[in-house]
Amino acid sequence: MSNPPHVPGPRSAPASDVPALQAVGLRKHFPVRGVRSHDVVHAVEDVDLELHRGRVVALVGESGSGKSTIARLLAQLMPATAGQVLVDGQDATVHGRRAFRAYTRRVQMIFQDPFASLNPIHTVRYTLTRAVRIHQGRLRGEQLEAALTGLLERVQLVPAAQYVDKFPHELSGGQRQRVAIARTLAADPDVLLADEPISMLDVSIRLGILNLLRDLRDRLQIAILYITHDIASARYFADRVMVMYAGRVVETGDAESVTQEPAHPYTQLLVRSAPDPDDLAARAHGAHGEAPSLVHPPSGCRFHPRCPFAVDLCSAEVPPLLEVGAERQAACWGYSDRPDAPVLGSVLDAYGDRSALAAATGPARPSTVPVEEDLS
Amino acid sequence: MDVVLEETGPGRAVVGDPVLEIRNLSVDYGYDEDPVHVLRQVSLTLHRGEVLGLAGESGCGKSTLAYAATRLLPPPGLVTGGEVVFTDRDGSRRDLLALSDTELRASRWQDTAIVFQGAMNSLNPVFRVGRQIADGIRAHRPEIGRAESLEKAAELLELVGISTDRLRSYPHQLSGGMRQRVMIAMALALDPQVLIMDEPTTALDVVMQRQIVEQIADLRERLGFSVVFITHDVSLLIEIADRIAIMYAGEIVEDAAAQDVYRRPRHPYASGLLHSFPPLRGPKRELGGIPGSPPDLAALPSGCAFQARCPYAFDACAAVRPELVTPAVAGDDPRRTVACLRHDPDRVAAAGFEPVPVPPELAAR
Ligand SMILES: Nc1ncnc2c1ncn2[C@@H]1O[C@H](COP(=O)(O)OP(=O)(O)OP(=O)(O)O)[C@@H](O)[C@H]1O
Ligand SMILES: Nc1ncnc2c1ncn2[C@@H]1O[C@H](COP(=O)(O)OP(=O)(O)O)[C@@H](O)[C@H]1O
Ligand code: SF4
Ligand code: SF4
Ligand SMILES: [Mg+2]
Ligand SMILES: [Mg+2]
Repeated sequence: MSNPPHVPGPRSAPASDVPALQAVGLRKHFPVRGVRSHDVVHAVEDVDLELHRGRVVALVGESGSGKSTIARLLAQLMPATAGQVLVDGQDATVHGRRAFRAYTRRVQMIFQDPFASLNPIHTVRYTLTRAVRIHQGRLRGEQLEAALTGLLERVQLVPAAQYVDKFPHELSGGQRQRVAIARTLAADPDVLLADEPISMLDVSIRLGILNLLRDLRDRLQIAILYITHDIASARYFADRVMVMYAGRVVETGDAESVTQEPAHPYTQLLVRSAPDPDDLAARAHGAHGEAPSLVHPPSGCRFHPRCPFAVDLCSAEVPPLLEVGAERQAACWGYSDRPDAPVLGSVLDAYGDRSALAAATGPARPSTVPVEEDLS
Repeated sequence: MDVVLEETGPGRAVVGDPVLEIRNLSVDYGYDEDPVHVLRQVSLTLHRGEVLGLAGESGCGKSTLAYAATRLLPPPGLVTGGEVVFTDRDGSRRDLLALSDTELRASRWQDTAIVFQGAMNSLNPVFRVGRQIADGIRAHRPEIGRAESLEKAAELLELVGISTDRLRSYPHQLSGGMRQRVMIAMALALDPQVLIMDEPTTALDVVMQRQIVEQIADLRERLGFSVVFITHDVSLLIEIADRIAIMYAGEIVEDAAAQDVYRRPRHPYASGLLHSFPPLRGPKRELGGIPGSPPDLAALPSGCAFQARCPYAFDACAAVRPELVTPAVAGDDPRRTVACLRHDPDRVAAAGFEPVPVPPELAAR
């Protein structure tokens, strides 16, 4: 596709419902290294996703569920095994460096580690000047200075003069992440892919970065993909939430309903496992199992080995995303009307009674452990 | 303390006498003329059967405290003062910092055991996990034979919920959660009375985190050890700890029952920290975190280390160093302490400043 001439500055509100960035049927299989191995890691499978201007979509899931892989596919940092990436409804698959550079002008990425993503030997001025020149042409003198000041002000590093000549090690983690965000803004992107942008920052400054991103969403009408494993921060920051499990999207919907009334059993487990001191009774106790191998993922629903409601159908066929409410979907057979569908309950009932569960399945304490007598 | 009792979770044990008393512990990093005073006169008491949570931002000295209290502080760290008194089951007491090397070897893993931050990545990749646990046991109890130590390893794995057929697995064949359980199993090998865990679940996702903290609660009930649980995640601590100590820039700034910290924080930093976690339920509200960032320990201001970020700072805060006192809020648990000049009018007046009362936000009932 050809890119329209680039005009920096504030934008008008979204004119249409065409997503700024869209993925259709995204799939990524990584080959497993080995002599005669034909195995692959099924990292991402059949993911559809839409990012709209001025909206935040949170991608939530446990470690290894494929969140970062999706971000890298959307940033076109690596080729997809299958599927398509569209910008403003047009196929945007890049071939070659020039096309990639044009693409990065629209779609920018922020990484988890602000320590690693800024070059320690360069000042803030150098880092931002380079980004400005790549994306806005060879500005000089006052124009360049104004551009740098503008970028630092947008990320609330004011007065800009106090930060512009600093090296990364002279900045705190939060300030570094702000510089990293300022660098992406030099491209005046339509889309920001933020891969765990706060998880390596101190807890007290995380909200400052989320509030900044939200401000950019509102003022610049940027579409944001917010990747996190912290479902409470997804509720705080995102408009919509997509929950991933083992490479597949298992639930989507508006952030409030997904976090308050999770439909998919895995989302329920996730929500009920997060610490919530206000609601100690509603925590899932005694859950067991762990994420499956993605080299030989479980057949059918990938959650079935851990799911307390699984029936034969669950291991036989992959559940499609089914409607479970207004603009809400869950990939669970429990929401189909097939006669062989599972009957869902609440994971709290299934996992709730810790003492009962421990009595039923907990390993009896081995009598030879020599601590018995010490207890008396 | 009836408040605490009524809110006590199912796993909370009855809390007894002190088992580990850290008194005025100070630690410097660096041997030159200008060392950084990372811990300054930290005092903390762990009672028998208790889960004590230690929370604070990264770099505030949580790990340093754990290492120093177990005499595992790596260079250039140096304990410059204080004592760590351990009380045995028979009532005998010893200062861990004053033990000879032989005594220390006997004490370590039996009196106090520690699970290090990031420990799950420190398993040796070329040995099977069963052998690593067995070797760990034999290192401390040479009289135990190979076969017996492997048997013990199997029991320990079972204890932490890993099936014994994993004995012959290599670390890379285990998930992060399983490797963390292996580390906990190793720490429990010699039946310690105190288990110190430094960020044991931080690298894990919430589902695995929940499974591990359940496991710890369960083991504590069955084996009767006490726990120091270190994390930056206060919301997790409120759930699992009996008492919480909040650290800021190398000092304890608040020490109270978990539910008191949560519902009635007295220190501005503790309160700010609690408002840095967006709630998963209930009304959505705008949150700001804490402005600014933690101070450089090498260049601390005089007075209160939190002053630059504190919305309640007043003139005395730049000059007078706060110390832990009972909060100036009527009806508070007399055992809780806070290091903030708003709660210490006497110290403020003695230094020639006009005391300023506790703001209502820090006096919730
Ligand atoms: N370059 C690669 N080669 C082989 N496998 C890979 C590669 N990159 C990722 N994977 C695998 O793909 C799966 C998804 O990884 P991904 O990094 O997307 O997870 P994630 O959800 O971002 O996890 P985290 O929360 O830990 O960041 C994992 O099983 C991972 O091991
Ligand atoms: N080996 C070391 N040399 C010098 N300074 C150190 C060393 N280890 C830790 N520090 C400093 O000591 C302070 C406390 O560190 P640490 O105890 O690891 O904090 P926490 O566990 O609370 O994140 C930090 O400022 C850190 O930079
Ligand atoms: S009920 Fe079946 S389809 Fe639904 S989550 Fe459980 S295993 Fe998957
Ligand atoms: S002593 Fe002063 S600066 Fe420190 S926490 Fe209290 S009010 Fe704030
Ligand atoms: Mg990732
Ligand atoms: Mg630490």
